Amino acid sequence: MGSTGSNTNMSRRNFIRQTGLTGMALTLGIALPGCGNNKEGIVNVSQGNGAGAGTELMSWISVDQSGKVYIMNHRSEMGQGTSQAIPQMIAEELEVTLDQVSVRSAAANSKKFGPHAPDGSYSVRGWYKQLLLVGASARQMLITAAAARWKVPVTECYAKAGEVIHRPSGKKLGYGALVEEAAKLQPPQNVVLKDRKDYTVIGKPMPRLDAPLKSNGTAIFGLDKKLPGMLYALVERSPRFWGKVRSFDDSASMAIAGVKRVFKVRRPVFGAWYEGVAVVADTLWGAMQARKALKVVWDDDGFEHLDSDKLRARMLEDIKRPGVAKKFEAAFAKAVKKLEAVYETPYQSHSCMEPLNCIADVRDESIEIWGPIQEAVSIQEDLSERMKMPAANISVNMTFLGGGFGRKTIPDYPYEAVMISKEMKAPVQVVWTREDDMTLGPFRTGSAFACRGGLDAHGNISAFQAITASQPFGEGTDKDNNPGPASDNNGNFGGLLHGYLQSIPHYSFGWCTVKSPIPTIWWRAPNAHSESFAGESFIDELAYAAGKDPLEFRKAHLPDTRYQALIDRLETVSGWKERGRNQGWGVAITQCFGSTVGHIVKVSKRPDGKIKIEKVIAVIDCGWYVNPDIIRAQVEGAIVMGLGAAIKHETHFKDGMAVEKNFDTYQMPRIHETPDIEVYIMDNDEAAGGVGEPGLPPFAPALCNAIFDLTGKRIRRLPFNLEEV
Amino acid sequence: MAAYKLSINSKDYNIEADPQMPLLWVIRELVGLTGTKYGCGIAQCGACTVQLNGNPVRSCSLPVSMVTNQPITTIEGLSSDNSHPIQKAWIAEQVSQCGYCQSGQIMTAAALLKRTPNPTDADINNAMQGHICRCGTYPRIRKAIKTAARLANQ
Repeated sequence: MGSTGSNTNMSRRNFIRQTGLTGMALTLGIALPGCGNNKEGIVNVSQGNGAGAGTELMSWISVDQSGKVYIMNHRSEMGQGTSQAIPQMIAEELEVTLDQVSVRSAAANSKKFGPHAPDGSYSVRGWYKQLLLVGASARQMLITAAAARWKVPVTECYAKAGEVIHRPSGKKLGYGALVEEAAKLQPPQNVVLKDRKDYTVIGKPMPRLDAPLKSNGTAIFGLDKKLPGMLYALVERSPRFWGKVRSFDDSASMAIAGVKRVFKVRRPVFGAWYEGVAVVADTLWGAMQARKALKVVWDDDGFEHLDSDKLRARMLEDIKRPGVAKKFEAAFAKAVKKLEAVYETPYQSHSCMEPLNCIADVRDESIEIWGPIQEAVSIQEDLSERMKMPAANISVNMTFLGGGFGRKTIPDYPYEAVMISKEMKAPVQVVWTREDDMTLGPFRTGSAFACRGGLDAHGNISAFQAITASQPFGEGTDKDNNPGPASDNNGNFGGLLHGYLQSIPHYSFGWCTVKSPIPTIWWRAPNAHSESFAGESFIDELAYAAGKDPLEFRKAHLPDTRYQALIDRLETVSGWKERGRNQGWGVAITQCFGSTVGHIVKVSKRPDGKIKIEKVIAVIDCGWYVNPDIIRAQVEGAIVMGLGAAIKHETHFKDGMAVEKNFDTYQMPRIHETPDIEVYIMDNDEAAGGVGEPGLPPFAPALCNAIFDLTGKRIRRLPFNLEEV
Repeated sequence: MAAYKLSINSKDYNIEADPQMPLLWVIRELVGLTGTKYGCGIAQCGACTVQLNGNPVRSCSLPVSMVTNQPITTIEGLSSDNSHPIQKAWIAEQVSQCGYCQSGQIMTAAALLKRTPNPTDADINNAMQGHICRCGTYPRIRKAIKTAARLANQ
């Protein structure tokens, strides 16, 4: 903690280097509490106006003498639109148009730019208050500088579209002309933020700044990045996750033109070391051919070579193991009507369209990383610790990510690249093939859920229990767990609306972690992606058991006005009350990362008797929001991903190895299978919630609830074949 | 290794490559145009789609030896200033999320529009179902193709 003046200067220099700024500029950062700062708030770090010693900054924006605004986007861009949402927030308060804004991806520096992601879907909801403040502060300083130059009262001046205007005289000055004077001012103490009704940029469907780059092939993803003198590596990794390299024969590999070296390498997956053999060549094609020619003998003794069937059977036993929750049992025994059901969800891969890859350039005193990286700061910190190098000497640069979904958060693939670059004493790009990416994990865990529920004499839920068997995030374990008792009126269940816990008198949750050598990790909308299938399917089963309308049943259990408003909106936009007899309608509502999303799925029978998904209607309540079009896009995409997860794919394991290796067997939803989707956004001034993840969990239960409505058939295991319902 | 003359985006390239090297890697690694993407390597996802004689093909599964002396168009050749109706429509409808698959989607959509200036939903399904978008931008892809048809007919 604490730092010196020279460190602060270093931060500013780095910021200027990364923005590509030359000359004079007004640069503002945010000092966060708890970073050894003298004070928190907005700090002026312009040239010649260095912040005091002992200030560590999150630097955010800079205005140069041409009036151009530079923003460091400290959040990874993997399609969720942070490279759009953050500039929109700054532009609103700074009073500039989006075409005056240029965005740079920030290299990792937790002190300067703030932690990347303490939680999911965090870009807007985590930082919006500071972002608004920094934009407003810069605007106020530019206005003050203009008023001083004109010798007029500040109150006679206002800012618009990158200019300060003197209202009485109509005089104007561009921001660029005011930068030098504004840079000498102290940030204002009491900045007044704009009223929501006065917003011209926030809350508007502004086009994404990255859209042109992604329409003409110029967006640079990890695989597109090249460094001078860069070598290429492929790694043959143990197909059984815990396998070790016993020996390898590289004679055929080394005979291939351009092949430099073949050597053993390892990567950390949570607490374990996973092994492989790296093949390094001066061309990617050479490295690919050389890996094909490589022969590795694996040491696979001493751990379980698991099959999916056995794993499934184990989970179905494990849901019986958590101990008795006494109060719940008493309430359940008294229920007028009792219901029990078991649900299952599969193991799945992330399968981002851009397979994993990473460039490392390891020098004696520094490491530079380039790649599709979700969590630059945690990767920087991890490398600092493992490589015994100060974090300041490690730069982690984020390219555009061709998808992330949680997989590109952990340091295994950057570390592996670092080890190879260190060995080769050259920059190296490590490329994962689709097969590598799809078979080596970590995966989304499969799960089994045992649900029990009781209804009272009025048909309301009097007792609700969900016991989970699944793997925790980690490298897998060969130890049997000994779960404690299930909870009694405490805890929660992924995606379950918090409102239920207020209205259900007795609830209980339990978890048994499953013994398995398969590495598992978060996947878009962690836990809620699977637990919501059980939770919202079972709520639906209880509604039918109570003989009540599923939407009305939910509403009766969710007295909070925010839920009521969302349910009313779902009912109105879908025409729920007028639904036809020959259609199946299903609803599911879930909550995660600060947002609540409801889906209504409509299904029908085709002439051949098979099920057709006609339409999905989604209503999202994410509180205060920035860009409604990006929200709609995220929810549309989450529904398509949820569709794939529900009816298209599963990773099976046989003899300890993943079976599905590529998109021929690991099927994805495609355009002709995608139903019409309508997305509606609730308007309110509640705290900003997440947008990237919360749209996914309701889809599977809403679909299965719709199929039940149409056919009377209850689907309790995912994925299922829609053609065979 | 053998010498090949390729015509990419109306420009000639003389390259030396293994005859079995897929066009994808030739374009990306030897020619240096990185807009065309690697997604699966087995012609299942469409990320690598380029046009050969105006037809969309999977460059990951086409050996370079099979494509000499035929005009190849990559995303960079469609237009660098986003002036092609498909590119305009892709921006207007805000199709891209992560954007990784979109070069391939755009190349197939552009070929579709050339063949079928006013595609129906069924035409779009037939043409585009070889492409995977993990972000799930399909509803917007459909919309953008229809928008592009309107733009092209103006």
